[in-house]
Amino acid sequence: MEELLGIRESYGEALAQIGAENKDVVVLDADLSGSTKTSLFAKKFPDRFFNMGVAEQDLMTTAAGFAAAGKIPFASTFAIFATGKAFEQVRQSIAYTKLNVRVVSTHSGITVGEDGGSHQAIEDIALMRSLPNMTVMVPADGIEMKKMIRHMLDFKGPVYIRGARNKYPKLFDDDYKFEVGKAVTIREGKDATVIACGYMVSQSLKACDILKEKGYDVGLVNMSTIKPIDTGAIIHAAKVTKAIVTADEHNVIGGLGSAVAEVLGESSPCLMKRVGIKDIFGKSGSAGELVKRYNLTPGDVSDAVMQVIRKRDGQ
Amino acid sequence: MGNDIKELEDIARQLRIDIITMLNKAKSGHTGGSLSAIDILTCLYFKEMNIDPADPDKPDRDKFVLSKGHAAPALYATLARAGYFDKAELATLRKYGSILQGHPDMNLVPGVEMSTGSLGQGLSAANGMALAAKLDGAPTRVYVIMGDGEQQEGQIWEAAMTAHHYKIDNLCAFVDNNGLQIDGEVEKIMGIEPLADKWRAFGWHVISINGNDIAQILEALDEADRTKHRPTVIIAKTVKGKGFSFCAGKVKYHGVPPSDQELEEALKEIGGSATPHQI
Ligand SMILES: Cc1ncc(C[n+]2csc(CCOP(=O)(O)OP(=O)(O)O)c2C)c(N)n1
Ligand SMILES: [Mg+2]
Repeated sequence: MEELLGIRESYGEALAQIGAENKDVVVLDADLSGSTKTSLFAKKFPDRFFNMGVAEQDLMTTAAGFAAAGKIPFASTFAIFATGKAFEQVRQSIAYTKLNVRVVSTHSGITVGEDGGSHQAIEDIALMRSLPNMTVMVPADGIEMKKMIRHMLDFKGPVYIRGARNKYPKLFDDDYKFEVGKAVTIREGKDATVIACGYMVSQSLKACDILKEKGYDVGLVNMSTIKPIDTGAIIHAAKVTKAIVTADEHNVIGGLGSAVAEVLGESSPCLMKRVGIKDIFGKSGSAGELVKRYNLTPGDVSDAVMQVIRKRDGQ
Repeated sequence: MGNDIKELEDIARQLRIDIITMLNKAKSGHTGGSLSAIDILTCLYFKEMNIDPADPDKPDRDKFVLSKGHAAPALYATLARAGYFDKAELATLRKYGSILQGHPDMNLVPGVEMSTGSLGQGLSAANGMALAAKLDGAPTRVYVIMGDGEQQEGQIWEAAMTAHHYKIDNLCAFVDNNGLQIDGEVEKIMGIEPLADKWRAFGWHVISINGNDIAQILEALDEADRTKHRPTVIIAKTVKGKGFSFCAGKVKYHGVPPSDQELEEALKEIGGSATPHQI
């Protein structure tokens, strides 16, 4: 049995830890603290937790005010509300100002599940990475989430961290080295490279195993910082394998796939394919069912890899 | 600082001249809303606020947020006169490379505490600053000026709830109630009245004054200082474009700068009379 780690639970635990170490950490939520797990911070530090009610725009700009006064605010709600409902607040008061606000969402992508399309953010990466000054990150497991949150104590500037509702397979150990803007090679391979983020990293790792059984030696890169993206890692992969597949739980328009395509197109053109949500909204269903319906399974990733390899080899 | 009322009136008159002069030079920008709010800014920066222009980041200082960011010329003229930066900068308003952007940028202008421009956000930001000060046990007070058209933004009322809920009494907000917005009279575009009742219903301490009257502004600020356990809003009845007959009370001059001729006549008008001006 693979070990699972909660992304949002890891977030809440990390907040409670750094909150004990640094009195400037404040946390704001919009009536979803039980879901985002900022409640774990709220329980320990009620004076530094601010529930803003169902008011995401006020949430974001108030967080900016805290940051302007020297605090390190974490502002959390579901991904669609953090980046969609409050987009222009994040733009004007957080990105434009370069303030140290950490917008940390949960419930991104279709693995939100039963709540359905209204609640499944498939465009948040696109929105956030289009904002100047904004750093955009997606943790691949709970350990990486914790490392990211700890990094936020010293990091300068606005950040969006895309969290999730579901537990992800544990990928990393406690000694995992996380660095903002640095891709991590999870597996070397010479036939093709999968570049993934978030939940799709563990899915892609399983895809690599499927491909191995078929005789393909496929590499996997965890691109946990979407912006600024690690161009060196992408170009290196393109040069070594000349076949790239991206995988993220996001619309194929504007997400990790687009970010990688931009680098490839400008610096090292090579064949690529994007595994992601094909420009359609999500639906209700269990997360597992939706992952299948929306073609985000390890089999879907391995199929995409073989398609690119065949195309590259002119078959 | 101890400036008396006469002195503050003189400052406001000088700032009005600075505002229309810089707008004329920039050839674009917001005349009406800068002139309606300048008496409030004068009272804040030359009497009320605990600030040090030589040390803009002074700990525990009071803070100001211009929620109606398009009145930037009024803030810039005020900050320059207070000594935050060289008055010569005013001539660069809205020009490429200037620190004086069309709307205030906190990363460029010493003394600007929050970048604004998108209406509706200033009160939320001020709440954050005021709450941070409370956490630190700092004496900081935070001041905001909103527009009356801006009251139509939903986020204002989210922030109004927040300030009441968290008993943010180190916060004092003004509504520059000049009755006009871009497309016409506020009450015809999207009525906001009864405005005082609305704020009262949201749990605020409400003071209604003539916002172009220095004595009334100072008195209201004193009352706000004394008000504990809840935030104060000062609904300041003003005249948009106050100070010059070419623009006073005229919708058109929301975002239109004075022409050369209008400037010339306006300067004559304000310089030529001992009492500040007629409306
Ligand atoms: C969110 C947002 N929408 C629209 C505008 C464009 N705009 C600039 S000023 C203004 C009218 C503001 O009226 P009011 O608040 O009454 O300002 P004042 O009369 O004091 O100039 C509008 C709609 C804006 N700056 N921000
Ligand atoms: Mg108005």
